[in-house]
Formats: sequence, structure tokens, C-alpha cells
Amino acid sequence: MPPQQRSKAELDAEFSELYRSHLRDVYSYAYYRVGNHHDAEDLTEQTFLQAYRHFERALRESDGRPLRPWLIRIAHNLAANLYRDRSRRPSSPIEDTSDLAASHTTEELVEGREQLSRVLDGVGQLSEDRREALIMRFALGMDNREIARAMGRSDGATKVLIHRAVKQLEEIVAGEEARADE
Amino acid sequence: MSEASSFEGLLHRALSPVDPPEDLGVRLESTLLSLTTSAAEELESWELSAMRDPRNWARPAAAVAVGGSAGVALVLLRARRSASSRHSALSGVREAAERTAGDLRERAARLRRF
Repeated sequence: MPPQQRSKAELDAEFSELYRSHLRDVYSYAYYRVGNHHDAEDLTEQTFLQAYRHFERALRESDGRPLRPWLIRIAHNLAANLYRDRSRRPSSPIEDTSDLAASHTTEELVEGREQLSRVLDGVGQLSEDRREALIMRFALGMDNREIARAMGRSDGATKVLIHRAVKQLEEIVAGEEARADE
Repeated sequence: MSEASSFEGLLHRALSPVDPPEDLGVRLESTLLSLTTSAAEELESWELSAMRDPRNWARPAAAVAVGGSAGVALVLLRARRSASSRHSALSGVREAAERTAGDLRERAARLRRF
């Protein structure tokens, strides 16, 4: 149904559906972006409140395409504002990598905690756009097209961005491993 | 498995999705619900006769603003959260999560010593 023909109740029902489908995505993005649960909760709340405010227009302009990239873009802009307001930027997407313990099983921790920790530290050393692209790809499972829409880039540029991000991260992790072996 | 795909597998594990705290969803839903409900109630009680007096224009105007702009609710949300949620149910959840994380860290440290 075209958005202009939807009643308020229908719009609210659609928004509820969007919210239920993507709460985990937005929270995961927020968590890896800001690096702690406290700010991730605030960012998630602000994202959905802002999304609610502009939902009707987004529906109209999306032309039937998925709204996840739009939601993530809102979260991205709010996170940028958060750091601008605080006049700081996180040195790492995860302030305390041990905090991630709660999201991994004990078995995973035992098997590869050092490696996972190096990867997360490495992600923190990437430029902001590379880090964001990796979060969207690997934490949220977004494809190139969705990431491109969320980041306001072309599909081709996004593909190159992700390729370079993975490559750089691999080099960082390999370097860290070599240093640890010395 | 190639080296590249193996590394991507590692990335998938490192950046696994993070579940939001249960109370976050409940809180957000109730905020959105209260926004639309309170705005509608405010407008329903808007008596046209009262509107002849310009001093009464502020309340309905505020209701329209709240109904149309969920961003306003953020102020309420933050005030409410800072006042209560950090020290009530949420703190219980957090403490449990922190305890769990602490347990795992301790276990990892023990394993590292072996």
C-alpha cells in the first residue's frame, strides 16, 4: 500500500514490525560502534525514536526497498554526533574486549580468545569507514548493496572498501601474531 | 578452506551479533506507545471553546508536537532513565551480566595459566 494511503494505526503497526525485526541489528551496530553497552543502549533508543519520527517519509522514499540501511544510517549519524558532542572519539570500537565475553560461549573463549581479541583490536585500528563496513558485513550480515545504501556509496566503491578493510585487518592481525611469537 | 575465507570466518566469530538487554526492548516499546497515546488523549480533550483564549493554545500545540516528533520523548526517556532505571531493575540485569563476564574472564585467566 502506498505510504500516503496508510492510516496512523497501519503506520504504527509497520513500524513495530521494523523495530522487532531490526532491534538486534541496530544494537549490534551500536555496540561495536561505541564499544560499551551503556552508550549502545542510548544510541539504539535514539535511533528508533528518530526513525519513528521520519518513518512515513522513509517508507515513501524507499520505494519498497528494505529499510535496514536507513536505520543503520541513522545510527551512524547519531554516533557521529555523540562523539562530536563529547569531543572525543573511541580509540577502539571495543573499549574493553573482555566485555565481549558475555556474547561469546566459553568454548569460543577457550579456543580462540587471543585471536578474537587481536581481531577486535585490529578492527579498532582501521579507519572509521573501513571499520563501519566490517561491522555491517560481519556483525549484521548485510550485503554490499545494503552497506552501500547505509554508507551513501556506490556498490562498486563499497566492494573495494570491504576488500581493503579485510586485507588491512589481516595484515594487522598477522603483524600482532608475529610480535607475540617473538 | 582458503586463507581468506578462514580469516573471514574468524571475523564472523569476532564480530558476532550482540543481543540487546531484554529491558531495552520493553522500555523502548512503552516509550513509543506512551508517546502516541498521550498525544492522542491530549488532542481528544481539546475543547474548542477553550481555544478562544490564546493562553490555552500552548497545550494542544505541545500535544501535536509530541505526537509528530518522537525526538521530544528522548528528553523524558533520559530523565526517567537517569532517575530510576540505572538503580532498579536494570541494575539487577547489569550486575548479573557483569558477574557473568567476570566469571568468564576469571576462567579465561585460569586457562591461560595452564
